[in-house]
Amino acid sequence: MLSASTEAAEAVFTSGWFLDHVWIVPIIPAVAFALIIFFGKRLPMKGSELGIVSMLATLAMSAAAAYQWVNRVEAVEKEVFVPPVIKAWTWWSSDGFSFGIGQHIDGLALIVLCVVAFISTLVQIYSVEYLHGDRRYTHFFASLTLFSAGMMNMVIAENMLQLILGWEIMGLCSFMLIGHWWEDGANSRAALKAFFTTRTGDIGLLVGTSVLFFAANEWTQKTLGISGFTIRGLSAWALSGEPSSTAITVGAVALFIACIGKSGQFPLHTWLPDAMAGPTPVSSLLHSSTMVVAGVFLVARLYPVFFEGMNILGTNVNFIVVIGGITIIIAAALAFVQNDIKKVLAYSTVSQLGYMMMGLGAGAWLPAVFHIFTHAFFKACLFLGAGSISHSASHHSFDMKKDMGGLRKYMPITFITWIISTLALCGVFPFSGFFSKDEIIDNVGHNGYNVFMIVGLVGAFLTAAYMTRATYLTFFGTPRGASAGEHHDDAHGSHDTHDDHGHDAQAHDAHDVHDDHSSHGPRESGKLITVPLIILAVLAIGSGFLNATPFGEKWEKLKVWVEPRAEVVDPTSVALVAHGGPGEAKSLPAAEESEEGHHSSPCGSETPTDGVCVAPQLNHAKFKWSKAALSLIIVFAGILISWFLSMQLYERKNKALVGLTQRNKLLGAGYKLLANKYYLDALYENVIVKAIAYPISRGAYWVNQKVLDGAVNGAGIVARVSAGWVYRNIDQRVVDGTVNSSGAAAQGAGSALRPVQSGKVNQYGALLFGAAAIGALVLVIINT
Amino acid sequence: MLVNQFLMLGAVLFCIGVYGVIARRNAVLVLMSIELILNSVNINLLAFALRNGSADGHTFALYVIAVAAAEVGVGLAMVLLVYRNRKSIALDELAEMKG
Repeated sequence: MLSASTEAAEAVFTSGWFLDHVWIVPIIPAVAFALIIFFGKRLPMKGSELGIVSMLATLAMSAAAAYQWVNRVEAVEKEVFVPPVIKAWTWWSSDGFSFGIGQHIDGLALIVLCVVAFISTLVQIYSVEYLHGDRRYTHFFASLTLFSAGMMNMVIAENMLQLILGWEIMGLCSFMLIGHWWEDGANSRAALKAFFTTRTGDIGLLVGTSVLFFAANEWTQKTLGISGFTIRGLSAWALSGEPSSTAITVGAVALFIACIGKSGQFPLHTWLPDAMAGPTPVSSLLHSSTMVVAGVFLVARLYPVFFEGMNILGTNVNFIVVIGGITIIIAAALAFVQNDIKKVLAYSTVSQLGYMMMGLGAGAWLPAVFHIFTHAFFKACLFLGAGSISHSASHHSFDMKKDMGGLRKYMPITFITWIISTLALCGVFPFSGFFSKDEIIDNVGHNGYNVFMIVGLVGAFLTAAYMTRATYLTFFGTPRGASAGEHHDDAHGSHDTHDDHGHDAQAHDAHDVHDDHSSHGPRESGKLITVPLIILAVLAIGSGFLNATPFGEKWEKLKVWVEPRAEVVDPTSVALVAHGGPGEAKSLPAAEESEEGHHSSPCGSETPTDGVCVAPQLNHAKFKWSKAALSLIIVFAGILISWFLSMQLYERKNKALVGLTQRNKLLGAGYKLLANKYYLDALYENVIVKAIAYPISRGAYWVNQKVLDGAVNGAGIVARVSAGWVYRNIDQRVVDGTVNSSGAAAQGAGSALRPVQSGKVNQYGALLFGAAAIGALVLVIINT
Repeated sequence: MLVNQFLMLGAVLFCIGVYGVIARRNAVLVLMSIELILNSVNINLLAFALRNGSADGHTFALYVIAVAAAEVGVGLAMVLLVYRNRKSIALDELAEMKG
């Protein structure tokens, strides 16, 4: 019996059942969301158990699917195209026009799916303690679960419309979660700002999808028999040499504008730091590791479109790489003037997203995706660490200068995990950030984008410096404010709104707990908080080795697992909807060995003659220790300089440094520019919004005063003159007689109908519907 | 074809909506009932679009959704003003229109 059941299990495992049924994955949290909303409050753990169980189930399913995918790709040669596992059902169809819903599973989808499921699970576990006793505890878990459903739906999306569906669900959940403590006006303003800023970009998503559909649909229907919304159709179309350069460029630029909004790229990054108003687990899950990579994911997903539309590899500058480069530098610079530890991390996220975009823009597809993977772990860890500090040590404050310092003695676990993640973020060997970030910088240079390689190196220096400053302020030096055990009630008012909202009338127990710990100074957080931190810290070290280029090709696992192979394949294997096993794709003899021994494929560089491509052929830089050493030296220089300055500035209060920004005009101006975030917020709110809203209201007023009033006055004069004549001749003689008699009639009818005019809206409604029903009856009788 | 079932669903939703408009005192609930009525109309439009195989019904349904959004915007603004003035949104207390 036992062997039979294990055999059956093995058969399930190797046949690819999980790969064929990845579409179930987003459905699990969606169902859990509904259950939490309807029954959550009655459950013993207020609905959090449903969220965690659903996350564990999705994690298990996506891990199993990833395992099967790895088996499948490793079974074939390195250059053979492995068809994605695609399923599609018709979602909507009318008038010969239809689009589907389903799954498009390949390495990229699976790696992001696993990361989302994994981080979601840990964050939900962490939230059980972090939000203990919160007023809207159940709703928090419901939104968190719905968010995961949306993100997973976007990741496995078979076509652009399904992707938009998931994209918008995430936008909605982001709004709900940032404004979780909406009683504080600042939080609800931040939620609105995030929503509207990303909506601005989303216009591009709709425009881009439409443009690409109308440009591609004919070709995809003819060649592949699928609609122009499908991801595989668009990819094949983009590389077919068919599209007009205008259509694909407009489509790619429009889509990229959506990515700018969602992934916090310059100039729409302003919402992301404000989004830190949400609870820390939300910042950790949505605004650092998963949701904000949606834009990066979209670029990676539809890479052929961007590859052709932006002419990546064809020139040494393009829209994506420029936006990415600018974002790296400006966000890193902003991180220096923040006192809020979460805002430092927020700007660091913006800057790291800039790295990913720059990598994608420069043809470094795999390193960028790898950076999504590693960044998710260490950034989630950093955010959860910041949450741990505010939860247990600094009395719900995130202010590094006022309420932190010297915490390494009190919070050893948080401290160690923080240090590991910081080193990973800075890109110190052998932590994970080193492998991914260095690969991006290396490949950007390799593909001829030399200026942006330097930008990347400067960014690495700045990253190391601002993270050192934050670490110093938080964990070293002397304890200040709340972490020194002070009970400062003046600051309390502004800070406790962050976390204490739930602890009012209906949550007295929780309040007692909190009062309790604030009285005995900083301490380590509970197990539900530290265990996720430890797991993430281990991954912040380990995840880099999945694609450790320095150790040779044997270590480059992700290259085999994730990167789509650029092979010219028969159109049928791309259009295939049912699952296709390895080798089913009919390879065409296009393979040639180039001089370097690299496999070369015409995809991306020239028009495929007998078949289609779904991925462009990309180059990979060869790892050299000399190049890595340069970036490592830069990173260490950043750490040391920043450490020295922080020590002088914050601890020894060196006279030459303290107040330098007040004394030196140039530095003062720079500080002012940074402190005001380059005046972008002022630009958006005061200039753009006013420029659009004011003329409209002023124009409306002018029309009202001049046109309408003039017309009314003119009509009045004409009416007065004619009225005199009419009064004398018609009114007195003809009308009065009629009126008097009809007046008598109206009086009678009026008094009869008066009870109907009760003034009650409901009764009016009833009369309306009654009359409509009678009218409908009459209509039916007449027509039959 | 499932058109009949769609029409039945539409009719049921419509009746629920009409009941809400007539029987509810709370202005917000009345607005929600009106939404139900509009959506029952949408279902009818979609059902016929499905039967006739044309996209016209879908287009109209989208149009109705847009109009409904505007209607809710105006309606809620009115409810808000009424609430500010009277500290209540019970419709039966609003008998100013009595003739």
